[in-house]
Amino acid sequence: MPGPYKETDLTERVEAFLSDLKRGGSGTGPLRGSAETARETTALLRKITAQARWSSAGDLMEIIRKEGRRMTAAQPSETTVGNMVRRVLKIIREEYARSRGSSEEADQQESLHKLLTSGGLSEENFRHHFAPLKANVIEAINELLTELEGTTDNIAMQALEHIHSNEVIMTIGRSRTVEAFLKDAARKRKFHVIVAECAPFCQGHEMATSLSKAGIETTVIADAAIFAVMSRVNKVIIGTQTVLANGGLRAVNGTHTLALAAKHHSTPLIVCAPMFKLSPQVSRYHNLLLSLQVKSCEILSKVNVHCPVFDYVPPELITLFISNIGGHAPSYIYRLMSELYHPEDHEL
Amino acid sequence: MIFFKEVILGFRYWVIASGWCFFRRNVNDRQDDIERAKTEGKELTKEEKQRLRKEKKQQKKNKEKKDEKASQGSEKEKKSGSLAAAAPQPPAKSTTVKTPSAVPAPAPVSVPSSLEAPAPVDKPSKTKAELKAERRARQEAERASKPGKKGEPGQQAASGKQKAPPSELQPVIKRLPEHIQVDNPDVLKKLAKKLERQQVMGLNPTKKIPLRLDYGYKVSLFSHLHQYSRKAPLTQQLSIPSTVIHPAVVRLGLQYSQGIVAGSNARSVALLHAFKQVIRDYITPPNEELSRDLVNKLKPYISFLNQCRPLSASMGNAIKYVKKEISNISSQCKEEEAKSKLLNCIEWYIKEKIILAAKAIAESSIEKINNEDVILVYGCSSLVNHILFEAFEKGRKFRVIVVDSRPRLEGREALRRLVQRGISCTYVLISAVSYILPEVSKVFLGAHALLANGYVMSRVGTSQIALVARAFNVPVLVCCETYKFCERVQTDSFVSNELDDPDDLMVTRNGKTQLESWQEVPSLGLLNLVYDVTPPDFVDLVITELGMIPCTSVPVVLRVKNVDQ
Repeated sequence: MPGPYKETDLTERVEAFLSDLKRGGSGTGPLRGSAETARETTALLRKITAQARWSSAGDLMEIIRKEGRRMTAAQPSETTVGNMVRRVLKIIREEYARSRGSSEEADQQESLHKLLTSGGLSEENFRHHFAPLKANVIEAINELLTELEGTTDNIAMQALEHIHSNEVIMTIGRSRTVEAFLKDAARKRKFHVIVAECAPFCQGHEMATSLSKAGIETTVIADAAIFAVMSRVNKVIIGTQTVLANGGLRAVNGTHTLALAAKHHSTPLIVCAPMFKLSPQVSRYHNLLLSLQVKSCEILSKVNVHCPVFDYVPPELITLFISNIGGHAPSYIYRLMSELYHPEDHEL
Repeated sequence: MIFFKEVILGFRYWVIASGWCFFRRNVNDRQDDIERAKTEGKELTKEEKQRLRKEKKQQKKNKEKKDEKASQGSEKEKKSGSLAAAAPQPPAKSTTVKTPSAVPAPAPVSVPSSLEAPAPVDKPSKTKAELKAERRARQEAERASKPGKKGEPGQQAASGKQKAPPSELQPVIKRLPEHIQVDNPDVLKKLAKKLERQQVMGLNPTKKIPLRLDYGYKVSLFSHLHQYSRKAPLTQQLSIPSTVIHPAVVRLGLQYSQGIVAGSNARSVALLHAFKQVIRDYITPPNEELSRDLVNKLKPYISFLNQCRPLSASMGNAIKYVKKEISNISSQCKEEEAKSKLLNCIEWYIKEKIILAAKAIAESSIEKINNEDVILVYGCSSLVNHILFEAFEKGRKFRVIVVDSRPRLEGREALRRLVQRGISCTYVLISAVSYILPEVSKVFLGAHALLANGYVMSRVGTSQIALVARAFNVPVLVCCETYKFCERVQTDSFVSNELDDPDDLMVTRNGKTQLESWQEVPSLGLLNLVYDVTPPDFVDLVITELGMIPCTSVPVVLRVKNVDQ
């Protein structure tokens, strides 16, 4: 294909993706799950790698960083976009290092040594041109895509290790990961699920209908009744929007209350989160405040109404993370983070 | 002579049975006395009137029993007749809230079956031991009759004393409230029978209080509680005009079941006003005493209201008070005088326990509100709103955060009232509590009842707010009048609660109602709890009209109140 068409085609794709992100956040466009967003981001980054003009790894990283900044600016609360960008940057670094011939471990040790002696890995290291680099990077991104496609199934496969018969499990809102998790366990075990509806959007209702159609005994409760029924609950299993570097969560509104109630009754709190949700940086407690429909409009002008979308849950309240690579304690998350992302990419 | 209390009937029955002929003679003597008194034109004494009433009741019961146990022989009936004559109902019993009208029903029913065995054996020969037992029984009876002439407190003491010895031999029958035994079919049958019995005597038997049916799939954890639908109020099953229930009470029941009158203070005050109307319209029937008959008139109303919406603890205490006042009316009192006395008592109760108590609580709470405070309140509590209004009038500068929850959304009403007064407010839903709590300096909560073990029973969600406030080290203050203190104990929100209409949980977002067809999906249940209990370690202070007390001092206050009364 001739060059200019490639570029316009690419920019079109990028613009379309950005506008989708913007619309998704404001609630007017189609609501997509984070897995879908991750996959689309990665596919787009692969396209950029394939079609954009670059000569060295450094150029590519610059391009990707630029696009990444634009994408995260379009929707700051959608952290998977930034995570995927960082993953791809790490892939580029690795492929570059492999092409150069040095081993990865040496690199890591080197960086610490370099820190003490001269300064980190300097940028000019990425100026070499390697012919097979493009192909290698695209191949690695393909592997990442296959990993992304299998995350939900990988997590759901672990369900039977954690759920036994006649349990009462509580969850909040709607998480596709938890839905798949519970449905997988329901194939072999009989248990009861209590879903907190998570006002004001009441996504818990959708979750409950979907679970009950799969034959699971489900009960819907109002958010206010979470503490009241917690004494009968054996496990709390939730999904999350983001996993933070300290092992904490940024999850849907009401999760902090749920976690506190679980802690009070010493009920284990299990978080099902795929690896692409791990985020090293979140914009400084950026919490969307969405509109809340209040009928009596005459007093609305004299009243402040708050409707936060996300809650911060500290790591002390969490018992276990289940991800596509297995189960971890919250104290291990920082280590996983360092394996997934390069420290220099934390700030895009 | 007044015979034995029903509690010890089960023990005494075999004694009576063995000497039934002896007692039968006594009964005949008494009846001759009564006829003599009637012919002589004397007014029947209190005890004779009582006995007449009892016999009437027992005969009715015997008729029922005859229908049930048609196979039993005639001697059983005669035995039951003697038992009936011997069964006393001292006036003290009628003042207890859960009038054990159901207790004599199971007791005589179960006892005749046990009597069948010993009776045929004992009847032919009366051994010395049996004669001794009869003498003992007679002495007990005479002892019982003497304190009965003194008056109520004495009788209560006597009944207490008489209860003590049999308790070693037989456990005291403790009655569980019916509304938490829905999963027991026997209890439901008893309730249906009780409603039948509470109809006005002699009227068309179809004009009785209907039994309200449960609605929808009940979550298994709560199968012991009723779950009614708001779209099917009990009043639809009543005929018009209802001759059984006073129209003020019908209206009140409808207001309760539709949620028009909500909140424990509002419900209690509405109940007392309805009772005042009932008393005003009451006319004592001939040969009846106001103190006894009015209490019996109130019983079907209370059953009706209980079915419209389960009674709250405050309503229970108010009813106890009204019944006590009614039975304290002496028989010498003329009807008009008695009625005005009762009306004054009820007005005093409302004034003292609710209105003045609220004033006292507001005065002590104002010390706890400082300038630049941020106060968090939950739902719509009339008492907490009153406190905030008073503090605002006194010139305190504070702002309020109103927390609200689905599906009742009562916080909107509180918000409206506060904004109308000019208090600056913020509004959040309960899931945002951990977002907003870092700004809050104090939490003020209302209570539905305070239980004897220090737990606070309140609107569902209160315990959650107290939990999160404790996690953020924000002080939690509960405001509660003492008339809401309750002798019950409870540790979780399951055993005794109220289930509201499950359809309220449905919501329409973007034109789509997710749970529209929840009844068709067999494994889906909706749970709409009304109350929950907050453990005392989440509550820092309880503000009552008697002062500021910790949660654990509730039984002390109850004890002090009982001693006063």
